Amino acid sequence: MLPRIGRIQRRRRDGPEIWTIEIEPEHGAAAFVPGQFNMLSAFGVGEVPISMSGDPAEPGRLVHTIRAVGPVSSALARLEPGQPVGLRGPFGSGWPMEEMAGRDVVIVAGGLGLAPLRPTLYPLFGERARYGKVVLLYGTRSPGDILFRRELERWRRRLDIDIEVTVDHAGVNWRGHVGVVTALIPRAAFDPLQAIALVCGPEIMMRFAIAALRNVGLADDAIYLSMERNMKCAVGFCGHCQFGTVLICRDGPVFRYDRLRDLLAVKEI
Amino acid sequence: MQVYGLDRTIREQPFFAGLQEAFCMLVCGCARNVRFEAGQYLFHEGAPAEEFYLLRHGRVALELHGPERGSVTFQTLGPGELAGVSWLIPPYRWTYDARALTLVRAIAMDAACLRQKCEEDHHLGYEMMKRFMPILIERLQATRLQILDVYGSPGQ
Ligand SMILES: Cc1cc2nc3c(=O)[nH]c(=O)nc-3n(C[C@H](O)[C@H](O)[C@H](O)COP(=O)(O)OP(=O)(O)OC[C@H]3O[C@@H](n4cnc5c(N)ncnc54)[C@H](O)[C@@H]3O)c2cc1C
Repeated sequence: MLPRIGRIQRRRRDGPEIWTIEIEPEHGAAAFVPGQFNMLSAFGVGEVPISMSGDPAEPGRLVHTIRAVGPVSSALARLEPGQPVGLRGPFGSGWPMEEMAGRDVVIVAGGLGLAPLRPTLYPLFGERARYGKVVLLYGTRSPGDILFRRELERWRRRLDIDIEVTVDHAGVNWRGHVGVVTALIPRAAFDPLQAIALVCGPEIMMRFAIAALRNVGLADDAIYLSMERNMKCAVGFCGHCQFGTVLICRDGPVFRYDRLRDLLAVKEI
Repeated sequence: MQVYGLDRTIREQPFFAGLQEAFCMLVCGCARNVRFEAGQYLFHEGAPAEEFYLLRHGRVALELHGPERGSVTFQTLGPGELAGVSWLIPPYRWTYDARALTLVRAIAMDAACLRQKCEEDHHLGYEMMKRFMPILIERLQATRLQILDVYGSPGQ
């Protein structure tokens, strides 16, 4: 339960109040699967869960993308190269990489939700032949909020993946889509009967995206989502992240939708 | 020949999918093919909603403008989608601008003509309503998501 120490290697601004940091763990790397998270601590401030956002093939270079929303995330986002950071993890369930093999893969990301999904993209694009059609639908607030923009532009040049980006509103210079990410789902080219969908973003956006995926014919057991709740221990002891009958840290954060379906509709949890 | 061509084009539009033959002929009488160059406006806010457009090719931005923010695009539309719903409800005036982002080919439907036919034949009117309602509901839901600003920082 005690944190290991890592050192910040690099820090890059990735959007308004969003920073991507690279951490080198002092005592060797710990392999992770896409979808998992680390508990990161800013010493003297506190500890929070932050998803992996880097390439799982490079576990010696831990990459995390952080939005500064409060004391701990802001302290983490401010760390400069060379400074220490506390590390516990990796924790949690991952995206269903094995089940995705041979099937069409539809990734629906909203806002910062692209960060926990990025680790799936490296193996998906790297071993492209293992999968059917690959579709990435990404929605965010405005053109200035597009996360990992240069990487998205590079990936978009590939002919064997479909990447569509949409924003909620834009000025006249934006040539891309404007509208909600769910509107891209019926237009995307994939076979709903054999596709698997990964969804990550704000909870309301995920509920709308799931409704749109079900509308085009995806079964509930073909939809996966990543949930966020405040956490403390990250190992299923403290009950802080309880969500109805599940603990997000121990049973999630990635869940198959049929497991959460009834809980998602309940306001009180 | 030309009538047959337009008739077929109309049938190919998702909006009219499965429309009965007789209704199709009625609707066809209100339709014409149109083209807009990139940058040209399909319609302007405040103007009478005399036609609406079923997009066959190209992309259209729906915009609002204000003194401080300039023009803001709140939705873009592509092939198979419909530009303009204000023709359906009084006072039949556009409530935003629609600008062609690329060359646009569309079917323009004469709104007064279609309204008249719907009045005369309520079965056609109901058929039209059933096709418009899902579009309106979808836009309402999209607007809710946009208003909630779900991607914004908490507390912003
Ligand atoms: C499994 C998991 C993975 C996560 N991955 C990431 C990640 O990759 N990048 C990242 O930036 N954040 C991620 N988060 C969220 C992150 O843990 C919180 O933003 C962080 O705990 C906030 O702590 P704080 O002390 O900075 O702010 P607090 O003082 O705890 O919160 C400040 C404000 O932010 C709000 N807030 C807190 N958490 C969230 C949240 N999850 N979503 C929206 N609003 C929130 C609070 O209600 C409050 O208004 C993840 C959370 C979980 C559970």
